[in-house]
Amino acid sequence: MNQLPLFQPSSLSVSEITRYLRSLMDNDDLLQSVWVQGEISNFSRPSSGHLYFTLKDNSAALRCVMWKSTALRIRFAIQNGLAVEAHGSISIYERDGQYQLYVDALRPAGEGLLYQEFMRLKNRLEAEGLFDPDRKRPLPELPRCIGIVTSPTGAALQDMLNTLRSRYPLAAVLLSPCSVQGEQAPAEIVSALRRLSTTEAEVILVARGGGSLEDLWAFNDERVVRAIVASPIPVVTGIGHETDFTLADFASDFRAPTPTAAAVHATPDRADLADELAGWQDRLHGAASLLFSQKWQELENTQMRLDRASPGQRVRSERQQLDEWQERSARAVSSLLRLRRANLAGLANRLQALNPEGILKRGFTMVQREDGSLLSSVRQASVGETVDVRFWDGKISTRVESVQPGKLPDLEQ
Amino acid sequence: MQPSPDEIQSLTYEQAFSRLQEIVTGLETTENTLEEALVLFEQGQALAQYCARLLDKAELRVRTLGQQDEPAEEG
Repeated sequence: MNQLPLFQPSSLSVSEITRYLRSLMDNDDLLQSVWVQGEISNFSRPSSGHLYFTLKDNSAALRCVMWKSTALRIRFAIQNGLAVEAHGSISIYERDGQYQLYVDALRPAGEGLLYQEFMRLKNRLEAEGLFDPDRKRPLPELPRCIGIVTSPTGAALQDMLNTLRSRYPLAAVLLSPCSVQGEQAPAEIVSALRRLSTTEAEVILVARGGGSLEDLWAFNDERVVRAIVASPIPVVTGIGHETDFTLADFASDFRAPTPTAAAVHATPDRADLADELAGWQDRLHGAASLLFSQKWQELENTQMRLDRASPGQRVRSERQQLDEWQERSARAVSSLLRLRRANLAGLANRLQALNPEGILKRGFTMVQREDGSLLSSVRQASVGETVDVRFWDGKISTRVESVQPGKLPDLEQ
Repeated sequence: MQPSPDEIQSLTYEQAFSRLQEIVTGLETTENTLEEALVLFEQGQALAQYCARLLDKAELRVRTLGQQDEPAEEG
């Protein structure tokens, strides 16, 4: 039988009991860091920016509050009916006498399990050395052919093609399409990679747009990881958003934060190439100009030396010599001629003096025998001999009657 | 290895650009006769113009692999 004690224990005030409860909770380890799974209801977001909602299941409900700073980081739509997991600490809001979960992290339900599996897989594959930095291969600087593994209907493909068109249209793109989420996705991604392995692609972009952990799950599949590792062609991954890391990202030769970033990383910008080309063109012109002006200078020098020793020059000097000789010899000849003429004239006179015609014209005659020989003495004549008496203008033929020597008497005076 | 004007058209950007670089450094450092220098300069010009045209005029070619491109299964 219950009897009220004679002296009742003293009463605690509301504040005291509340404070007591609060202290209990604040000192409990589990309550300071706990994940709670439930369905969102009574969701409200007043102008303060803080979020208020209730997590419930079939038989209980837990009031929750999330401060604005945490709320801003939530990337999915929080709404009534959504199954979530909330992390935080449980304490009492004394004024209301209300215990509530102060939420510092929120994720869609089921992601917790997925994340655990993710970590398990990651550790196992990492231990095999599949994510070693040494395994990462360098990418070609000027790829002629780029392979792309992605959904043919997704925005990721269009983003990448637009990037490539403006940045590096010199390349050819080989699209190897596949699903990028769902049950079939891992097998299709593996096939798509294998199909590219025998082409002339020099780099492969594996990409998909943003989504939840579940949406991206295909890229955490072990088969996909092994296919990327086995690819003979370097792989660049661009999956989800900047903060998403999948096992495919760890296995690839380079992880880009997004599909567009993957396309950028795999190619040079043609504007940069154009600048580089212009630089080399300048060097080409510079080198050629320098060389040509050097050659021209050499040529001019050679020309000068050549001119001094050239045949033209020699001919000129020889011609000059020739002229001099000609002059001298001309003078010599003419003096010789004069001499000769003088001699000749003398001779001519002497000859003239000796010319018989003059003598004959004076009345003297030449007496010649028949053979032409001259008789220069009377004793050369014989009586009865026929002789020619030659006058200046003819001859007579006569017979010697007598021969009488005797000189001519000297002519007086 | 001196490509003719027609052969230049079949070079990739990388090949043409690399040959241009060779020619330029050759002109800058090697002894060349005037004849050789002229030939090299003309070649360099042709290559540079070819590269510039590629950068300016190239259009992205996109081809989709189909099921028929499936490689043979490896044993």
